[in-house]
Amino acid sequence: MSEQAKQPILSVRDVKVHFQVKGDGRWPWSARRTLKAVDGVSFDLYAGETLGVVGESGCGKSTLSRAILNLIPATAGEIVWMGKDLTRGSDKDWHAVRKDIQMIFQDPLASLNPRMTVAQIIGEPLRVHKPELSAEDIMQRVRSMMRKVGLREQMINRYPHEFSGGQCQRIGIARALILEPKLIICDEPVSALDVSIQAQIINLLKELQREMGLALIFIAHDLAVVKHISDRILVMYLGREMELAQKHALYDAPAHPYTRALLSAIPIPDPKLEKNKVIQILQGDLPSPINPPSGCVFRTRCPQAEDRCSKETIQLRRISEQSQSSCLLA
Amino acid sequence: MSLLKVSNLGVQFQTNDGVVSAVNGVSFELEKGQTLGIVGESGSGKSQTVLAMMGLLARNGRTTGEALYQGQNLLAMSPTELNRIRGDRLAMIFQDPMTSLNPYLTVERQMTEVLELHKGISRRDAKKRAIELLDAVRIPEAARRINMYPHEFSGGMRQRVMIAMALLCEPEVLIADEPTTALDVTVQAQILTLLKDLQRDFGTSIVMITHDLGVVAGLCEKVMVMYGGRVMEYGTADNIFYQPSHPYTIGLLGALPRLDHDGSELVSIPGNPPNMAHMPKGCPFSERCTHASSRCADELPALAASTSNPQVLRACHKPVAELQLAAQEVAHV
Repeated sequence: MSEQAKQPILSVRDVKVHFQVKGDGRWPWSARRTLKAVDGVSFDLYAGETLGVVGESGCGKSTLSRAILNLIPATAGEIVWMGKDLTRGSDKDWHAVRKDIQMIFQDPLASLNPRMTVAQIIGEPLRVHKPELSAEDIMQRVRSMMRKVGLREQMINRYPHEFSGGQCQRIGIARALILEPKLIICDEPVSALDVSIQAQIINLLKELQREMGLALIFIAHDLAVVKHISDRILVMYLGREMELAQKHALYDAPAHPYTRALLSAIPIPDPKLEKNKVIQILQGDLPSPINPPSGCVFRTRCPQAEDRCSKETIQLRRISEQSQSSCLLA
Repeated sequence: MSLLKVSNLGVQFQTNDGVVSAVNGVSFELEKGQTLGIVGESGSGKSQTVLAMMGLLARNGRTTGEALYQGQNLLAMSPTELNRIRGDRLAMIFQDPMTSLNPYLTVERQMTEVLELHKGISRRDAKKRAIELLDAVRIPEAARRINMYPHEFSGGMRQRVMIAMALLCEPEVLIADEPTTALDVTVQAQILTLLKDLQRDFGTSIVMITHDLGVVAGLCEKVMVMYGGRVMEYGTADNIFYQPSHPYTIGLLGALPRLDHDGSELVSIPGNPPNMAHMPKGCPFSERCTHASSRCADELPALAASTSNPQVLRACHKPVAELQLAAQEVAHV
């Protein structure tokens, strides 16, 4: 763990992303309300590490990833990249940072421009960030990147619709890697893919990470996938952090009741285990992020909730060497 | 006699690129109270198989073979005859609960319509029965919520409404086409538990279509693995998960990230899913199969009883013994 003693490359401090939405009154002048998509999230990321972010739909994991890149500006909090606070950074600062932080999106086809060829798509970051390169240089780098992600070079002049979902995701990965970034944010990169293709993409990401020393933020709703790729895992619920722990600590001894419920809900592909498993069923539905419960946001569905859970909120706190939880009772 | 007996079912579509065979030679039987899982990736023909049985194919679709429900062939029925059976004796739950409910009608209208049509009871009695069913699928305050429109429900709640609607006439067979794919895992767990409880209480047979092997493991007694419109392997859940004997089944299990085992590298299946318009001459999986020989590419393997276990049907030229090592690796036993 000596690696961990180094400075983090990315520090996210108490980041909040709030949206103003229409009021519940029927009039245009009814008071607007605040939707707290992300409400006070903090974590550190070290070079070469993979942080998995999990949670169900509406927990704010995608909004968080976009806030890190300022695609959706954070309402409050600090985002520190390589020791530099970007929150009050200018557009020029952000432009420089995006050379180092790239993103891979969920829908492989929708995130590629249908009117550009593969060569144009993969080469575009180079044309934007390294205008000094000649067209020939760019083509050469695009070719070598295509080989690296497992695309045949003969496909270089094709358009996105000629590729399958898995191949489109490879194009997206090539585009993200061509600038040789230090961090890639993967927003559900395999959720839209078939199981057999999903494994190809996960293996590819792991291989490239080893080769290029990348740090990854891997967002997914599938805990099994996240377990496979991450070193540490952040569990989110309704815009808040529930648990942040080393992978093995999280799966062997989940500290937060929400993590436990989430883990027990995942179907295991083993008939004997799965048929005899005791599932911790969560009652009810996700509360609205416009009007979240007081205190701990999970208390309305928590099997262990007590009176004080509705009164006190706590931030993540260390409960063991390897894990932090925001549960009062842990 | 089995409740449902499908033999040699095929589905063809007339397209601009010629005739595309989406499903070929699918056969299975379903007994009362049994659960069959149909597993496969996108384009494997699993949904078209059941849509054909329900007479819900797109207009350019044609069926061959037989699907006998209590001795009557569903594929040969006129829409009028079919309407008497589907929704009543055979019911279906679709993947996307939002697009399969009518947004213009209240849940009450959509549910009572089913009962008025099939059972001929009054709207008032139908409403009473509908509320009972909504209670059974654990929708809180069912009597009040029945008057709401679909958009006023959450995704999980809508899928419960779909299930309640499918169960209104106490069908003998419930066909669920990826009922939990659009839902979060904790909601999925709620819905699957609900399906298990309902099956126990009503004795309904279920055909469960999914790409998630975990869902199959928890719910199904029999499993059919499909690829490229054909059945690759068919057997009990224990056989399929603990002694997989087809390279595709082995590949699927190996590609799955597991919570219950510490994963080494995932064993991915090389290549891409097949294009239905240009299928290989031989085994549809031959292009991606690591065990394939030249015979596999030229000659279509027949679905036949496995030599090591006659209860398992498999379509593969390779003997089971040759695949045993690979099977043990992925089965984790």
